[in-house]
Amino acid sequence: MADSATLTSRITDALGDAVVDQGEARGTLVIRVRPDAWRSSAEILRRTLGFDYLSFIAGIDWMPAPVVGLVEGDTSTPAQPSDMTFGVAGSAGRFQVFAHVQSTAQHAGVTVRTDVEEADPRVESWVSVYPGADWHERECWEMYGFVFEGHPSLRHLYLPSEFEGHPLRKDFPLLAREVKPWPGLTDVEPMPGGDDEAGEEGTA
Amino acid sequence: MSTTEQPTTPGFEVDPAAFRHLADAQVNVELDTGDMILNMGPQHPATHGTLRLVVRLDGERVIAADPVIGYMHRGYEKLTEFRTYPQVTTLINRIDWLSSFANEVPFVHAAEQLMEIEAPPRAQYIRTALTELSRIATFLLFLGEMGLQVGALTPAFYGFRDREHVLNLIEAATGGRFHPNFNRIGGLKDDLPWGWISETRNVMKIVLDACDVFEDLVVGNEIFQARTRSIGIIPGELGASYGVSGSNLRASGVDWDLRRDGAPYLAYPDLDFQVFTHPDGDSFSRYWVRLQETRESARMVLQLLDGMPAGPIMAKVPRIIKVPEGEAWVETENPLGQMGYYVVSKGATGPFRVKIRSASFSNVSILPWMLRGVYVPDVVTILASLYFILGDIDR
Repeated sequence: MADSATLTSRITDALGDAVVDQGEARGTLVIRVRPDAWRSSAEILRRTLGFDYLSFIAGIDWMPAPVVGLVEGDTSTPAQPSDMTFGVAGSAGRFQVFAHVQSTAQHAGVTVRTDVEEADPRVESWVSVYPGADWHERECWEMYGFVFEGHPSLRHLYLPSEFEGHPLRKDFPLLAREVKPWPGLTDVEPMPGGDDEAGEEGTA
Repeated sequence: MSTTEQPTTPGFEVDPAAFRHLADAQVNVELDTGDMILNMGPQHPATHGTLRLVVRLDGERVIAADPVIGYMHRGYEKLTEFRTYPQVTTLINRIDWLSSFANEVPFVHAAEQLMEIEAPPRAQYIRTALTELSRIATFLLFLGEMGLQVGALTPAFYGFRDREHVLNLIEAATGGRFHPNFNRIGGLKDDLPWGWISETRNVMKIVLDACDVFEDLVVGNEIFQARTRSIGIIPGELGASYGVSGSNLRASGVDWDLRRDGAPYLAYPDLDFQVFTHPDGDSFSRYWVRLQETRESARMVLQLLDGMPAGPIMAKVPRIIKVPEGEAWVETENPLGQMGYYVVSKGATGPFRVKIRSASFSNVSILPWMLRGVYVPDVVTILASLYFILGDIDR
């Protein structure tokens, strides 16, 4: 593992004014770049800095999921905070794309991310830099609806070709949870060793 | 999609002019071998699940291949957003079902990092031992099954027979042969049962002997070499840019193993082990590297048993697990390659977003490049030598 401070300065120097913000996710460097420098950043990362290995490309939707259709008392779905907060290195809006690249020789990795406009979700494609981006971007396109400009053939990867909607967006409902109450509701078992929440049954 | 393209078939109306040339055709044998589209799968013995491969053939040669995946897509990334942290490990057991225990480790590790707790040393050692046992079980199946794909039946029986011993060990310790669900955030569910350590020592002898048998029976076999040498070559640099990882990348000469080179995890820094690479990058070298790694894993398990510390197996964790806000990326060297989880938490009892980086997905994404120009019988050996699990592709 390279020294993290020198690695950070090497990357930020090479990327120059493309860097918007940077942060750290438990030991992993996270760099947020300008959307129009998304492809050129990949170019610099691979050709100049030697990050030869593409780990993944994925999207994220920072919007809190709307709580709908839940039966009262259904605690099966973990409650998330209701206001929109952004993770490490911030975000301009709801959508972001993030990717992790690594160097097999220097044994180091970096996560890069960029903002995606909500009204017109377009990102530059990485296929010309990392050929492995092909499938990752197809997955991201069908799950989030991001259009990767320059991708040779954006078509469905996992889902049937007539599928509508973008399942990993937070406003896409998980129907299995809405048409039927969570089975755990009818089969409540008291926690062993007493319970610290007063009034719960089973704590006679 | 290429599936909609059908080979053109002549209608019932045949041009009489064609008959005039019939006699010519008998003499000048110049048959038109138009491209044919062959559909392999979704059910095919070489695919470990439901992978469909659409290949366009010119005679016996593949000119284009398009893997069609998604027959087993279960949407785990969405489901994790509706589960609490302890519930997620049940799901991720089913990603790579041949080495489920190894799947749980990076996720549990990510949650532990965010909560800033650490499993006690004994738990780390047991986790490492069980991870290596899953690797041995996964690879023993590969070592046997790869023989099957080139027409040798015997190694398959040996592989299944010897894997059974290892699965018995995993079952004895965890209660589950395939889906242990044994990791807890902060440690393990239970300690090892009585007699497990001595039994494991015996089984490791069986495994080391089995590796010698495979070396004689398969690696030294002339037919096996003819079918695998210089077939399905992945250049190291190209493989890395496709995200090919694990033994597949090491067989292409890239000396990179996360157990040694990644952020330190589990008990690997305490172990003395060798990382094997092969310069060729063909199907044969992928077999050879996995064979050496099976042996090395058995030696690592023996080291772990010798150095197993005493003590508790669970750290102190709150009864209701709430993970503080933050992001963590944890990657591990799994039997099939790099497995990683990017966990985004917003301080709730469940994760906000989990990106599952599974090894087989990237390993298979190189297939369209690899299969161009190979012969049809070699497609099967290439698929087998890449060694993927469909649950690990489709998630």
